[in-house]
Amino acid sequence: MKFETVIGLEIHAQLKTESKIFCGCSTKFGAPPNSHTCPVCLGLPGSLPVLNKKVVEFAIKMGLATGSDINRINQFARKNYFYPDLPKGYQTSQFDLPIVEHGEVEIEVDGKKRVIGITRMHMEEDAGKLIHDDREPVSYVDLNRTGTPLLEIVSEPDIRSPEEAAAYLRKIHAILRYLDICDGNMQEGSFRCDANISLRPVGQEKLGTRTELKNMNSFRNVQSALEYEVRRQRDILMEGGTIVQETLLWNPDRNCTESMRSKDDAHDYRYFPCPDLVPVRIDDAWIEEIRATLPELPEARKLRFIQEYELPEHDASLLTNSRELADYFETAAKACNQPKKVSNWMMTELMRELKGEELSTCKVGAEQLGSLVNMVETGTISGKIAKTVFLEMMASGKGPETVVEEQNLGQVSNESELLTIVRRIIADNPGQVTDFKGGKTKLMSYFVGQLMQKTKGQANPALANKLFTQELAG
Amino acid sequence: MNPYELTIAEATKQLAAGSLSSRELTQSCLERIEAVDIKVKAFLVVNAEQALLQADEADKILACGEAKPLCGIPLSLKDLLCTKGVVTTCGSRMLENFIPPYDATVVEKLKGQGAVLLGKVAMDEFAMGSTSESCAFRVPENPWKLGFVSGGSSGGSAASVAALECPASLGSDTGGSIRQPASLCGIVGMKPTYGLVSRYGLVAFASSLDQIGPLTRDVTDCALMMNAISGYDAKDSTSVRQETPDFTASIIEGVQGMRVGVPREYFGEGLDPEVKAVVTHGIEVLRDAGAEIVEVSLPRTDYCVAVYYLIATAEASSNLARYDGVSYGFRDQEVHSLMEMYKETRSHGFGAEVKRRILIGTYALSAGYYDAYYKKASQVRTLILNDFNRAFEQCDVLISPVVPTPAWKIGEKADNPLAMYLSDVLTISANLAGIPGISVPGGFSRDGLPIGIQLQGAHFREDSLFKVAYNLERGLKLLPQRPGIT
Repeated sequence: MKFETVIGLEIHAQLKTESKIFCGCSTKFGAPPNSHTCPVCLGLPGSLPVLNKKVVEFAIKMGLATGSDINRINQFARKNYFYPDLPKGYQTSQFDLPIVEHGEVEIEVDGKKRVIGITRMHMEEDAGKLIHDDREPVSYVDLNRTGTPLLEIVSEPDIRSPEEAAAYLRKIHAILRYLDICDGNMQEGSFRCDANISLRPVGQEKLGTRTELKNMNSFRNVQSALEYEVRRQRDILMEGGTIVQETLLWNPDRNCTESMRSKDDAHDYRYFPCPDLVPVRIDDAWIEEIRATLPELPEARKLRFIQEYELPEHDASLLTNSRELADYFETAAKACNQPKKVSNWMMTELMRELKGEELSTCKVGAEQLGSLVNMVETGTISGKIAKTVFLEMMASGKGPETVVEEQNLGQVSNESELLTIVRRIIADNPGQVTDFKGGKTKLMSYFVGQLMQKTKGQANPALANKLFTQELAG
Repeated sequence: MNPYELTIAEATKQLAAGSLSSRELTQSCLERIEAVDIKVKAFLVVNAEQALLQADEADKILACGEAKPLCGIPLSLKDLLCTKGVVTTCGSRMLENFIPPYDATVVEKLKGQGAVLLGKVAMDEFAMGSTSESCAFRVPENPWKLGFVSGGSSGGSAASVAALECPASLGSDTGGSIRQPASLCGIVGMKPTYGLVSRYGLVAFASSLDQIGPLTRDVTDCALMMNAISGYDAKDSTSVRQETPDFTASIIEGVQGMRVGVPREYFGEGLDPEVKAVVTHGIEVLRDAGAEIVEVSLPRTDYCVAVYYLIATAEASSNLARYDGVSYGFRDQEVHSLMEMYKETRSHGFGAEVKRRILIGTYALSAGYYDAYYKKASQVRTLILNDFNRAFEQCDVLISPVVPTPAWKIGEKADNPLAMYLSDVLTISANLAGIPGISVPGGFSRDGLPIGIQLQGAHFREDSLFKVAYNLERGLKLLPQRPGIT
């Protein structure tokens, strides 16, 4: 039997506001435990929440960027449950009246484009963190993160494969980064993802029993966990078994999912409208004001890259995946006026040498890459030497001019200097010369190679070609 | 006359004239507390030293002649208003040692006026009750007749004012918790319009119903207190952004042209004949003063108790979830797991009435019951508000009893929560509708127990309430009332 995979993702994006969602405390990461707290986020008796308007603005931005409806009246609700990282005993979230509904994004997997629906997005507060002592059976509570604003983005069950899930996740990530409303750091937890996944026989309308996956803190983990879960569910179904509805945790060390709780243990959150917060009212003027501030989004930027820089769609698509990458490209391209060459450099050398690290940590600035490309174009160095220079730039952070000068890697373009060597090579290789003159013109690269060897690759290749052609013609 | 017997208005005059100092007045109140609180049991904490320092501070300001209206006036606070550095227990073991690091907005305002804060007074645990008997520490008694309840949940506030321990107190009213004890203790108590007074720093019972208000010995003092505590507060999202009027401007004689509505549903079964007689007399007094008396109907009155005990308990079940033993308050130490800690802490930290209401509220919000209980109650709540809106098309204020009976003996209804809930029937609708209400002394029963008269007005029409209340007070000629306790 053939099965179809059905996946829906719930993304929690920490919004990059200066202060928390319901109080004035800082949202900065990494402060000493419980130093960014006040009576409100500590949930002390008598304290009351006041909504941070910036959070609403950010949620509207994301809604507009995904073609969603913005609910002019939306409301906070309380999600009631007990946990030591939740000082009020409830999370202030949104339930039946979320701020954003009915959006969509387009994804592309293996050249195939698909539209993934967004059911809703809602604003809520993050919980604190528990720190468990390594030796003693003691746990500590750090409430610095309590009240950090989150935007929960819930997709429709439109995703049909783990690859699509990863593509959707990257797309949402890219849009959030373009809007500059979330720093998107999965390791630090500012961008988190849970997945609902089920299988059904191809052609069947009714959805199969789903499981919920948690604890996937990288793009790679999300895809691996979903691939594992597809295999696990398929094996069970193929053997005639039934899927148990449960919540599973991804274990990245063992590369498998582990049961966390079954449906029977599911909480009854007793949602009800939060009486401490009045409904959020949004007028059209505010929405238009925010719309006017929206930056160019990945899709529009991709089209512009194709038009303005004459890049192939593949290049434009990859480069606009992240705002940083696209910004880097544009700066480098402007510095040398060689967009396609810059694109090639970025997609090969730069990507390879980054080794998965963030672009922001890269020692080679966009303008420096532009200069490097420029030096190749003007013949100051050869393409081959440029790669050596680039590696040194990555290692030391020095500019290309400095590296070339310090290591004396400049191209030899002195004609008389090169001519002497060319003549010696011709004299030393009589056999090859005879063959060349007999029609084996491919031997030209052999001669140029010899020259490069003798000049440590610094000979100007165009000049080398010219000199050999001239000398061998005699 | 002893200084402790003065009303705020009287004391303010003497303070301004220099014939009385705040220290003398405060000292007098402290001596009165020393003398009678052993019987009245209103105070949980008396901060004598701090109060005298505040009084000296006030005397300095008074000497400069730049004093605000409440400067130098000693007051008591219901023990659910957060006071920086002073224990705030909410009448519960759960918060027996809780010291807030901040002042409630109303406390800040009182301090800003130069008021003297004598201490914190007893109340039903987390304001849940009508007699203050659920207070974990002491049960205040009715100064007019010891052994009788002072009402609740602001029983300590009412008892302290009625026993002349202080001229005024701040309480909170979620379903009648200011008006009912005011009525039972023969003083004035006002529940303002929802949103008029900031709730920041008021430990929540039911957030959509709670409102802070004053308890005083007469209507003028009530207006003075309202002037001091009203106004928009950026820290409370439900507080209303508008100019606050000078409420004392409504303390004027004459109610000609005002229409006073008599809601027929408030005079039904279970109303004590003595209470009925007092209210009927009050209506006559207003008619004589020139008011037009009209009969009106509030047809959904019968549903109020049911609606109230679903919404209030649902909100309470969530509001009280924070008392989990994790970071402040009581924690049961004899436990071995997280779940056990929650269970034992909440089982032993809360009293029976609080647990009963948390259970009811949790049930009302549970999956499968939400629509039938919480949601339905919210819908009926809107209909109750509609009733009031229609009534206020026909009249300016509504007149009615506050409580169906005078005060009863301590312990008499303690084992019958339903009877207790039903006694709230006349006050809870104002909280459901968010409208203001005031309880004014109306007379006494044959047993010498006070009986109050309730006036209710449209949203933000405290001015109408003050005007009618003041004329009622003048017409009834009951002042000054002094319980015999010494």
